[in-house]
Amino acid sequence: MCLSIPSKVVSVDREKNSAVVDTMGVKREAGLDLMEEGSVNIDDYVLIHIGFVMNKIDEEDALESLKVYHEILAKMDEEERSRVVLEDDNCENRGAP
Amino acid sequence: MSELKLKDLYDGFRDPATIRMLAAQIGEEAKALHEPLRIMEVCGGHTHTIMKYGLPQLLPDNIDFIHGPGCPVCIMPKERIDHAIALARMEDTILVTLGDMIRVPGSQSSLAAERAAGRDIRPLYTPMDALKIAKENPDKRVVFFAIGFETTTPMTAALLHAVVTQKVDNLYFHINHVLVPPAIDAIMSDGQAKINAFIGPSHVSVITGAKIYAPLPQKYGTPVVVCGFEPVDVMQGILMAVRQQKEGRAELEIEYSRSVTMEGNVKAQQLIDMYLQPRSHFRWRGIGDIPDSALELRDEFAYLDAEKVFAEVLPTEPIDDHKLCICGTILKGLAKPMECKVFGTACTPNSPLGSCMVSSEGACNAYYRYAGVLG
Repeated sequence: MCLSIPSKVVSVDREKNSAVVDTMGVKREAGLDLMEEGSVNIDDYVLIHIGFVMNKIDEEDALESLKVYHEILAKMDEEERSRVVLEDDNCENRGAP
Repeated sequence: MSELKLKDLYDGFRDPATIRMLAAQIGEEAKALHEPLRIMEVCGGHTHTIMKYGLPQLLPDNIDFIHGPGCPVCIMPKERIDHAIALARMEDTILVTLGDMIRVPGSQSSLAAERAAGRDIRPLYTPMDALKIAKENPDKRVVFFAIGFETTTPMTAALLHAVVTQKVDNLYFHINHVLVPPAIDAIMSDGQAKINAFIGPSHVSVITGAKIYAPLPQKYGTPVVVCGFEPVDVMQGILMAVRQQKEGRAELEIEYSRSVTMEGNVKAQQLIDMYLQPRSHFRWRGIGDIPDSALELRDEFAYLDAEKVFAEVLPTEPIDDHKLCICGTILKGLAKPMECKVFGTACTPNSPLGSCMVSSEGACNAYYRYAGVLG
């Protein structure tokens, strides 16, 4: 019911006060009645809910979150690799067939 | 990553490795919790995510989800569905509503059954389609049965604005818009509920701003974290709640900061305020009457209000759920769906006896679908 889908603005019709958005490859029209005049522009990321643009997604903020996750994952990978190397160094059965 | 792609907004927040990484962090940090974290996700959208991605299985035993009442279809009392049916049965009437509402049974029938019997009932993709239907059918009256939490209310207000400014004279409104904070108060106020943390709704908060939850941490001593709907968002939100509880804090935090601010969408709020006012009482299915928990049309728009204009055809008798249904207890975290005598036997998604089974956002329905109950 409240699941709104992130979409990208493809075009804006100021006359009709609506926008065409791309939602994962599907083009749809969405009303701009809930948005301040001129606030929605081409290439903006927005949330659509039952035919209306609800807000603009803060691109910087989304990127920042994803970057933090990537960094932690990379660090975990590194720790995992170090652990494997360390275990290998301490292997008691070295030379076993 | 220097430029955001649309795909990142989906995949980035559903990434299995990130979910597992957050689960490991939560597992580690939850060891220091003084008491189990019993966290209520208020919104049905979150319930759906939690069950669909099997998040409970990734979390330690001292973190427990309590599924909240945030599903507009589930909380609709039968007498209001009976209203929709009575309106649809009027001569020369087209009843329009959002799709979720069509299947839900009232006391005797459902909109789906009425449609099968020949009534003109149409599900909408967007409320604006109601305007088109009204203009295409000038000799009929169109009634918009409006449902939803704060997320959906501004779209009804936008339709109202169009009807008033364009002087459309054959479109009426039956308003069932409900509010999140009074429902939380209703669940918490008797002191029985076991909830000690909240995941705040995603898209309600986009509209209202996170400010509507500001009183909760103080009133109930619980952390409130406003989260997005993706599984990574929910896991990150739980981690934030765990940290709050560990450090003895009870604060309002926003995890979903890419879409939610403290203030929300002010233009949408103004539009709602122009056309709608608080309703003194609304009966929630599964909870009961909650004062000031819903909205109604402002008095000056009484001429558009289906409840006033067609009052003579609307039943007034309140109808409660089956006495064996324990949905109210489940909502307070005092019982799990499986503890209900009728769960999965007399009460199933195809023939729900109580509100928690009505839609896929309800706790019992989600358990039935995702918790291996089907074998």
